[in-house]
Amino acid sequence: MTLANPSDFDGNLQPQGWLRYFSFSLDHKVIGLQYLVCGFIFYLIGGALAGVIRTELISPISDFVSRETYNEVLTLHGTVMIFLWIVPVVNGAFGNYLIPFYVGARDMAFPRLNAVAFWLIPPAGILLISSYFIAGAAAQSGWTAYPPLSLTTPAAGQVVWILSVLLLGGSSIFGGINFIATILKLRRPGLKLMMLPMYCWAMLGTSVLVVLSTPVLAGTLILLSFDIIAHTGFFNPTMGGNVVVYQHLFWFYSHPAVYIMVLPAFGLVSEILPIHARKPLFGYTTMVYSIMAIVFLGLIVWAHHMFTSGTPPWMRLFFTIATSFIAVPTGIKFFNWLATLWGGKIALNSAMLFSCAFIVNFVFGGITGVALAQVPFDIHVHDTYFVVGHFHYIVYGGTVFVIFGSLYHWYPKFTGRLLNEDLGRLHFLLTFVGFNLCFAPQHWLGLNGMPRRVAEYDPAFTTLNQVSSVGALLMAISTLPLLINVVVTAINGKEAGDNPWNALTSEWLTSSPPPVENWHGEAPLVTEPYGYGQHQETKA
Amino acid sequence: MTSTTPLQDSVTIEAGHSPAGEGHGDFRLFGLATFLVADGMTFAGFFAAYLTFRAVNPLPEGGIYELELLLPTINTVVLIISSFTFHRAGKECRAGQLGASRLWLAITGGLGAIFLAGQMVEYFNLPFSLTDNLFASTFYALTGFHGLHVTLGVICIAIVALQTRQGGRISASDHFGLEAAELYWHFVDGIWVVLYGILYLL
Repeated sequence: MTLANPSDFDGNLQPQGWLRYFSFSLDHKVIGLQYLVCGFIFYLIGGALAGVIRTELISPISDFVSRETYNEVLTLHGTVMIFLWIVPVVNGAFGNYLIPFYVGARDMAFPRLNAVAFWLIPPAGILLISSYFIAGAAAQSGWTAYPPLSLTTPAAGQVVWILSVLLLGGSSIFGGINFIATILKLRRPGLKLMMLPMYCWAMLGTSVLVVLSTPVLAGTLILLSFDIIAHTGFFNPTMGGNVVVYQHLFWFYSHPAVYIMVLPAFGLVSEILPIHARKPLFGYTTMVYSIMAIVFLGLIVWAHHMFTSGTPPWMRLFFTIATSFIAVPTGIKFFNWLATLWGGKIALNSAMLFSCAFIVNFVFGGITGVALAQVPFDIHVHDTYFVVGHFHYIVYGGTVFVIFGSLYHWYPKFTGRLLNEDLGRLHFLLTFVGFNLCFAPQHWLGLNGMPRRVAEYDPAFTTLNQVSSVGALLMAISTLPLLINVVVTAINGKEAGDNPWNALTSEWLTSSPPPVENWHGEAPLVTEPYGYGQHQETKA
Repeated sequence: MTSTTPLQDSVTIEAGHSPAGEGHGDFRLFGLATFLVADGMTFAGFFAAYLTFRAVNPLPEGGIYELELLLPTINTVVLIISSFTFHRAGKECRAGQLGASRLWLAITGGLGAIFLAGQMVEYFNLPFSLTDNLFASTFYALTGFHGLHVTLGVICIAIVALQTRQGGRISASDHFGLEAAELYWHFVDGIWVVLYGILYLL
């Protein structure tokens, strides 16, 4: 691991050199791929943990792992998948790789801060996972770490968990500051905000949420660690503390966190659909304003996670209405995507299949989300598998599908080679069938009253749980064609050329993979990133 | 694929023109301001927690909200004055008077140290300790977290003051470090005023 200073970047370091990806590189493209590969490793770890959960739930008794181990596994699964896979990849990986291209820059605004943000992640992840191997000491209170549960479970693991999440939160904040500065301050002359590709808007909105909400989680977890280490009583009812305050502060971050995970996916899908449907993105302006509306509304709906926490009726009413309102901008985006596809010359390749499946999955997760915002319904299904199903439809059926689609779409840009389409379609088929088989039955389980976060359940739920576990197995298998595909095509995949999709956005207007400073000459000014099927207004 | 020009760092951008000739202003202060918004949200979370505790959770028998006002009020005045002295240091620096700037920085750092000493005296004389009750815990968490910020600020001021010496990094034309420290210091002062209001006066 060498510390590079800017003078090292005089072209001596080749982007193809493997060692660069293990160095403190300041190149946004290297950092983006560092995020991507690091995140994917954590996805495999989180997936293995999910495998343990689904294996345990094949039978109604806790026979595969003990109850305590089950709690540790589900805590690690949630934390790894959210903080080490989805947030770093959908923000850090694609954001770092694409945003400087989209704004016509040669790097992010603060390259050094960018590298620091990435290099906080591996230690935090190792810290988190190593806590499992300290016997009986891994965190057991779920990714929410609600007190008083988190105060009574083994303290060492909980404190390590807090430390890890604080590091990841810091990484996230540094990244957010960098994205805001890059998008607002580093645009090439002549590039106006309303000319930016939609992913820039999505990342701007996401970064605003990161900067406003993540520090609140950090502060809350610091108070929680005081409760554990110094025996203060902020959230300890036996010492006059207040657990509901923790919930409010936690969800003030963790509801926006859902948008931190899904808004960038909205942006990425808005890039992929027009290119493969050969049509302009429908309703650009409304897309921009719906992102702003989602950011604003996303900050004032957190208490819909707390309808059963003694929340007073007026507060329930407010949060129900505010939450339901989010369906409006989200619906606008949904119909805009459909209208983008409508009458297009659609190339149904792997990138497009994953993107279209995203629309299907996301609208289903969105509908159950609106249902969950209604107090009477929410009280019925609160803390049941219905919530688990809903959540996974958003973050897996939504974001992870888009991550996979984006991988097929931008892999030629990363490597100069195309991923194999047959393996890609197999990957899609297994993922789509496996995902729906795994999570759709959980809605029935939840409606019938199966609580979440339990290793044992009523034998009446056995069949549906087994169906769900078969789906999980398919999802596990679906990783194989992807891994084979990436390894094989990296060695002898089809040469992609600079612009295999005939795209107009600026990352495609340079060589693949791009040179260290992104452009061979001046950065191009792309005034109409979605001008497909019309006159081409791309000036180089 | 090799490039012949150095990769941009924020420092080279600040110097004026990037290799391709696309000029950008210095946006490091913008970045710092964004960070301070984030930092401010941490305090906002603490304030919200404190106000909610205060409204909802009754103190146990013998617990008190009332605090000695004299020392913290002097401290508040000291911190507000230090904001003005820092402003003066920045003005002198921009005018090229690095010696005067260093003097005003030293005064600012001294006022910050007086504030910290005052806080220490207050801590030693308080009738409650960290784990006594919810108010005590919140009091120490809030003032302690702010005190950490002041400590960092004093360290920054010391570094900046050293950099204003002959041949240091700060000159009349290049004084980002000083401006960043000033912005941070004003932020820390502003937070203290809110904190003083809700913790001591409310």
